[in-house]
Amino acid sequence: MGIREDHSRFRDIVRGRIKQNFKKYVTHGEMIGKRENDYVKIPIPSIDVPRFKYGPKQSGGVGQGQGQSGDAVDGEEQPGQGQAGDTPGEHLLEADISLEELADILGEELALPRILPKGHKAVESKMTKYNGRSRVGPDSLRHFKASYKEALKRSISAGLYNPEDPIVVPIRRDMRFRSFRTAVKPQANAVVIYMMDVSGSMGDEQKEIVRLESFWINTWLRRNYKGLETRFIIHDAAAKEVDEKTFFSTSESGGTLISSAYKLCKKIIDEEYPLNEWNIYPFHFSDGDNWSGEDTRLCVKLLKEYFLPHVNMFGYGQVESKYGSGQFLKDLEKAFPEDERLVISRIENRDKIIQSIKDFLGKGR
Amino acid sequence: MANLTPDLERERVKIEKAARDAGLDCFDTVFELVTYDQLNQIAAYGGFPVRYPHWRFGMEYESLSKSYEYGLSKIYELVINNDPCYAYLMEGNEFLDQKLVMAHVFGHCDFFKNNYWFSPTNRKMMDNMANHATRVRRYMDRYGVEAVENFIDLCLSLENLIDRFSPYTPKKIVEPPRSSSDEDEEQFDQQQAHRPDGRLKVHRGYMDSYINPPEFLAEQQRRMAERNERSGVFPEKPEKDVLNFLLHYAPLKPWQQDILSIVREESYYFSPQGMTKIMNEGWASYWHSKILTEKIMDDSEIIDFADRHSGTMAMSPTSFNPYKVGIELFRNIEERWNKGQFGKEWEECQDLSAKKAWDKKTGRGREKIFEVRKHYNDVTFIDEFLTEDFCVEHRMFVYKFNKRTGQYEVDTRDFKAIKKKFLFQLTNFGQPIISVVDANHNNRGELLLTHLFEGVEMQPDYMQETMKNLFAIWSRPVAVATVLDGDPKIVSFDGTEFKHQSLSNLPVGDQNKPEDPK
Repeated sequence: MGIREDHSRFRDIVRGRIKQNFKKYVTHGEMIGKRENDYVKIPIPSIDVPRFKYGPKQSGGVGQGQGQSGDAVDGEEQPGQGQAGDTPGEHLLEADISLEELADILGEELALPRILPKGHKAVESKMTKYNGRSRVGPDSLRHFKASYKEALKRSISAGLYNPEDPIVVPIRRDMRFRSFRTAVKPQANAVVIYMMDVSGSMGDEQKEIVRLESFWINTWLRRNYKGLETRFIIHDAAAKEVDEKTFFSTSESGGTLISSAYKLCKKIIDEEYPLNEWNIYPFHFSDGDNWSGEDTRLCVKLLKEYFLPHVNMFGYGQVESKYGSGQFLKDLEKAFPEDERLVISRIENRDKIIQSIKDFLGKGR
Repeated sequence: MANLTPDLERERVKIEKAARDAGLDCFDTVFELVTYDQLNQIAAYGGFPVRYPHWRFGMEYESLSKSYEYGLSKIYELVINNDPCYAYLMEGNEFLDQKLVMAHVFGHCDFFKNNYWFSPTNRKMMDNMANHATRVRRYMDRYGVEAVENFIDLCLSLENLIDRFSPYTPKKIVEPPRSSSDEDEEQFDQQQAHRPDGRLKVHRGYMDSYINPPEFLAEQQRRMAERNERSGVFPEKPEKDVLNFLLHYAPLKPWQQDILSIVREESYYFSPQGMTKIMNEGWASYWHSKILTEKIMDDSEIIDFADRHSGTMAMSPTSFNPYKVGIELFRNIEERWNKGQFGKEWEECQDLSAKKAWDKKTGRGREKIFEVRKHYNDVTFIDEFLTEDFCVEHRMFVYKFNKRTGQYEVDTRDFKAIKKKFLFQLTNFGQPIISVVDANHNNRGELLLTHLFEGVEMQPDYMQETMKNLFAIWSRPVAVATVLDGDPKIVSFDGTEFKHQSLSNLPVGDQNKPEDPK
C-alpha cells in the first residue's frame, strides 16, 4: 500500500530536520536524557503544513464542566473518537530515532571516516542459524508446514487426494526438518576508557561538556564495533574506577596527578583487555593543570612507551575553565609533535564540541 | 467485498433492518473487517484506501500507529461519504463494539445521504480519489517526486481558502480545467493572456525576446494599466474561493493547475463534514444508542455498552465534545417537540413550574429530528436549538486565555456569550475568512487578500509561512490585510522580506462584508 511510501517520505523529512538542526542537538544535553534502550527521542520543530489560522492563545472556546468565573481550566486532551475526514490535529513531534541512525547522521554531518578495526586482531564469532531444510533430522526439529506440503504434493500427484475427504497421510519420505548452518561472523570488540580530572577546577559546565562528548563518541564507536564496553576513571591526586553515574557527578577538591589515572588505565588494560583481542580507546579530559612537571614527564613516558604503541588512539580533550592553566596540552604537543595516534583537542565551550568530536573521530582509527 | 464473519454478518443484517425500520434511509453500506494496521493506514488516508502520495499521510499514519501501540487511542469506526458507503471495523474489537460501530455507521450513512449540506458532494469519491492518485503519480513520474510534492505542499497550505457556501449557489461553481493536453495548452494560452505582465506565451525560451520585446511589453503593460483603470479593481467582488482564483489567474503550468484543482476538489469534498460535525456525530450517536438498547443488545451487554458509550460522550473542560453536544441536542429537540415545548406560547410563558410540567402530548419529536437532520448544519443547528436551559443543564461555559496568569480560565456562563462563542467557533469551520480583493494591488500585479477580522488575530508565524507559499504560486508579491497586535495592517511579502504597513482601518469593513447565509 502507498502508506509505506508516504511513511518513508515522512521519515526522510524527519531525518532531514534532524540533520538541519544537528549542531543544536549535539551541544544540547536534552536528548541524552531521553534515551530508551537503543532509541533516542528527539524533539523536532513541528512539521506541519502552514495555513492561515487563528492564534491559539487568544481564541478560547466553549467548554463544559465545573468552575466559577476566573477558575483555571485544565487542558486535558479530549478522550473519544476521531472521525473520518476531519482535519488532523496539532503535531508536536518527538521522533524516535535509533542510535545507529543517529550515529550515521553524525558520521554524515561531520564527514567521519569509518573505523578500520585492527585487522588480524578481530575476533571471529560463530553464529548458528536454523534457516535450512533437510530430509533427515530429529523429530524436535520437524518442520510441520513443509512436511505437510510435501505430503500434499505427493498425494495429489498420486491421485490419492480427495477434496471431499481431505486426509493427507505423510510417509517417511515427506518429512522435512529444520537444519542449521554455521555462519562465521567477524566481530571486533572495543573498549573505551574515559578518564576525567575531577579536581576543584573542573566545574559543572566542564563536566557537562565531557558528558556530551562521551555520549557522541560512544554513539559513533558503537556504530563501528559490535560490542563496546565503557570504563570510567576519575582522578585528582589519586585515581579510582567508578560507574558512569558517579563519573559525571563526582566533584573532588584535591590536587591533580594525571599519571595516577594513566597508571590505573594501564592496569585495567593489562588485566582485562588483551591487546590482541581488543580495540582500545582511552580518552582523557582535564582542564590541563597538572601538579608538577615531574608528573607530566611521567605521563609522557607512559604514553610513549605503553599507550601509543598499543591502543588504537589516545584522545586528550582539554576543557577550558577559568582556573586551569592548560599547561598539560602544551606539554603534550611539545612531546608528540607529529603522532596521529595521540589526538589532542581543545574545547573552549559548548560550541566547540562538534569540532572536538571531529578531531577525535576524524582520523578513522 | 464485504468480509464479515458469519456472526458479524448476522448482526449486520439485524442492525440494518432495525435502522431501516426506524426510518433511517441509508446508501448501501459495505463493512470491511480490517487489521489495526490497515485501519491506521486507511484512517491516515482520511478513510480512503487510495490517495495521492504525500508525506503528510505518512506522518498521520505514524502518529496513529504510535498512539495505538502505546495504547493511547484506538479507532473504533471509520466511515466515508460515498455511494455505496464504506465503513471499516477493526479485527479484534469486542463483539459489542462491532455492533455499536455498525449502528453508529448507519446513523452517519443516513446523514450523508439526506442532509442538505452533503447534497453537492461527489458520491463516487472513492473512485475519484483513486483517479487523483493516478494523476499525481503520473506527474511525479514525469516531473519528479520532489517537484510535485513541493507543489502539493504549497497547495495544501492554502487548502482552507475555499468558499464553503459556493457549492450551494450553483452559478458560482467554475469547473477546474480538465486535462486533455491540447485543451490544457489552450487554457494556458488564455491564462497567459491574463497574466498580469501581459507577456505572450512563448513555446521556446530563446524566442522570448523576439515575441516579447521590451517595447511590446511596455506597451502591453500600459494598455493593461489603462484597462484596469477603466474597469476598476479585479476581481470585481471579493473572492472567497482563493483556490479557484489562483487556478484561473496564477501563472501555473498545466500539471500544477491540475494538482491545485485536485486539492481544491478534495477540500470541497471534506468541507461538509466540518460543517456538520456536531450534528453528524450527534445523529449517529443518537441512533447507535437507540438501536442497540432497544433492539440489538441482550442484558449481559448493557454494562459494556454503557462503558463504551460514556467514553465517547466524555466531556472535557477545554473543548466541547461534538458527540455529546449533538446527541443531547437531538434528544432535547425530540423531547421538546414531543411535549409541545415550542412556539409562541412556550416562549412567552414565564411560569417556571408550568414550563416544567409542560406537556401537550404533541408527539412530533421523531418527525422533528428527521426534519432537522435534513435541513440544518452546525451553525444553524446551534443557533436555533441551543437553549439557555440546555446550557445550564450541561454546565457549559466560555473560557479564555488569561495573559497574566498564562492559563485558560472560565470566563462566563452567560448564555448569550456561550452561544456567540459557539457560533464563532463553528463559522467557517473555525478558520479565518479570507478573500482575494485585488489582483493588481499597487498597480503592479500584486495580490491583495483581506482577512475578515472578527476579533481574533491570526497566528503570525503560520501566516508568514503561508504567505511565502502563496507567493510561490502567484509569483508576484502578495499582501494580506489583517490585524496584528491590535493594529490593522497590511503585511506584504515580496519574495525576500516581510513589510508591515499600517492601515487606519481595515478595507474589509462593512462595505464588502461577505454575505454569510446563516
